[in-house]
Amino acid sequence: MAFDKMELRDVEVWDGNHAAAQALRQAQVDVVAAYPITPSTPIVEGYAQFKADNYVEGEFVMVESEHAAMSGCIGAAAAGGRVATATSSQGLALMVETLYQASGMRLPIILNIVNRALAAPLNVNGDHSDMYLCRDSGWIQFDAFSPQGAYDLNFIAFKVSEDHGIRLPSIINQDGFMTSHTAQGVTTITDDDAYNFVGKFKPMNDMLDFEHPVTHGVQTEEDWHFEHKARQHSDLMLKVSPKIDEVFANFEKLTGRKYSQVECYDMEDADLCVFCLGTSVETAREVATEMRAKGLKAGVVGLRVIRPFPFAQIIEALKDVKAVAILDRASPGGAPGAMYNEIAGALYNTEYSPLLSGYIYGLGGRDLTKANLVDLYNELQTNVDAGKVTTQLQQFIGVRGPKLSFL
Amino acid sequence: MSEIKKIKNLKEFSTSADRFEGANLLCPGCAHSIIVREILNATNDDLVLSASTGCLEVCTAVYPYTSWDASWIHIGFENSSTAIAGAESMYNALKTKGRLKQPDRNPKFIAFGGDGASYDIGFQWISGCMERNHNMMYVVLDNEVYANTGGQRSSSTPIGSSATTSPSGSISYGEKMNKKDMMGIMAAHNIPYTAQVAPNKWKDMVKKIQKGFATEGSVFINAVSPCTTEWKFDPKDTMMLTDLSTDSLVFPLYEVIDGKEWNITYRPKNVVPVEEYLAAQGRFKHLFKDEYKYLIKEWQERVDENWAYLQRREEARV
Repeated sequence: MAFDKMELRDVEVWDGNHAAAQALRQAQVDVVAAYPITPSTPIVEGYAQFKADNYVEGEFVMVESEHAAMSGCIGAAAAGGRVATATSSQGLALMVETLYQASGMRLPIILNIVNRALAAPLNVNGDHSDMYLCRDSGWIQFDAFSPQGAYDLNFIAFKVSEDHGIRLPSIINQDGFMTSHTAQGVTTITDDDAYNFVGKFKPMNDMLDFEHPVTHGVQTEEDWHFEHKARQHSDLMLKVSPKIDEVFANFEKLTGRKYSQVECYDMEDADLCVFCLGTSVETAREVATEMRAKGLKAGVVGLRVIRPFPFAQIIEALKDVKAVAILDRASPGGAPGAMYNEIAGALYNTEYSPLLSGYIYGLGGRDLTKANLVDLYNELQTNVDAGKVTTQLQQFIGVRGPKLSFL
Repeated sequence: MSEIKKIKNLKEFSTSADRFEGANLLCPGCAHSIIVREILNATNDDLVLSASTGCLEVCTAVYPYTSWDASWIHIGFENSSTAIAGAESMYNALKTKGRLKQPDRNPKFIAFGGDGASYDIGFQWISGCMERNHNMMYVVLDNEVYANTGGQRSSSTPIGSSATTSPSGSISYGEKMNKKDMMGIMAAHNIPYTAQVAPNKWKDMVKKIQKGFATEGSVFINAVSPCTTEWKFDPKDTMMLTDLSTDSLVFPLYEVIDGKEWNITYRPKNVVPVEEYLAAQGRFKHLFKDEYKYLIKEWQERVDENWAYLQRREEARV
């Protein structure tokens, strides 16, 4: 029984979860092995409904845990086909062991992470703690700022990951609730165009090719382990970045939508920059425009590709600014924020030295308000006027109690 | 439906084309390799295999070598079951979509795990796979201990055994818990086929494995695998130990169909006292001290009770 195609309107009103589920349907994934968890559950439910309504021909395996979900994805990917899943937070934490195995085994799996806080205390709302939890897992990592991004980046991720020169899995992050459950206009791609863009899956080292048996997941000790890890890192550093640019360019040709590894907004002549991820990027852009009207030369840098970290593009984006506020939406656990460290690391040893200040915000779904961002731009201007960072390097935004700052 | 391989005698069986090579790092006398060969040689069909982290895995796939002349995957300690379920799902997907490279084949999907990987850390994953009734066979290589890491107790380790994390000592007889009834638990999943096998009874084993291969849906196999290193016996005595395990009824051979139909498949003509089974292994040596001899008596009572229970289940057909 052939599967049915779906007629989509040019613009559909979708939340991020539905946008991701639609993208998985259009990519005609062969196996989805998944386990539900708030706030990513609707991706899994949506896909199950597509299967129930004959819009999906592949297998949908509803397993008994997130660890099993990724384990099943790894087995399926090694067998030789297109594979995807979705999770959040605690589920991702349970899955983390297998993330390293998937990337180490060079299996092009696509994982949608709907970002959510990590317990304790238990919390179902959005922050980036889970995103950072798998930061070093060797996966390519994208960040959607909106449902449109959650939709588009899935196609882009399949195209990058499944390339035989890459063969590394990809994560697409979207903010829990703010993106995943907030319906917005999403400009669609037709089923045929979407599938043709992603292309037919081309197997490599597939277990189901019985004429060429293959051994996956071997043991290496001090004799070979380092070389395997070095090769993987080398491919991330040298091959993935140009491939992403190539796929971004092809995607723009198809849709007119332009993506960049580092998304700059009003940065051409900016003195003040807010650097952030997720839905905060759009809020910051609004505030930057308002600050421009008040005479501040405000801009925003949003990180579209978290891994491989776009080192050169970050330097290029920030080289002429005078002050940068780096926003981290995860508890830093006794250190500067992860992104603060990475930006500082990128700019060190360059001739550029904008004033850097770090901000921890939005944990457990706490709103980042426009008023917060207005204060932040004003603080950056104060720093520029003083020629130094006038506050401590790490401040907490929007937390109750006395002002919290460190370093 | 694939044809069932005809096996006439042991000589022919043992000289079948090996898809598990003798070139591996398992201990001399290890029963794992014997069991694996008996299972793989029971069919001529293509194989898709997995192994959990453990002796079988670390001894057969050390880069750049492999002992496997069939597709094989290892992910982690707990998930060889789900790895093969994932591969089986991909097979089904590609079959539906007409994308199999060799669509005329009848591959068998088999996952291997030790008792640590199966009774303990991977228990949930196996339960999930069996509950979903993937068309796969899960095989426990049951040596009743975490052998790969040096002899720690698992929930398969029987009472009175000295393991490194439940050692016998001046005030301890070693392991305090009874072995988990994994066969009963798996049969309670009402899967099409559950069986306990032993490498010495190769005809019984092949019959069950072939029955498993001919079954649509999940098959669970528990294979007794005497461990020369941790059970502490001479490597040349593996088969003797296996004989003792089946003939003392410590490892009774039986099968369960659809969770209901229990069939005992081997009734020893001369049942060996459990004491002889225990006496042949260093891990039970301390039980022969005067103060622990009551445990040997209890061992015998437990084995008798279990044998009576199996016979009642067989008779009751429930």
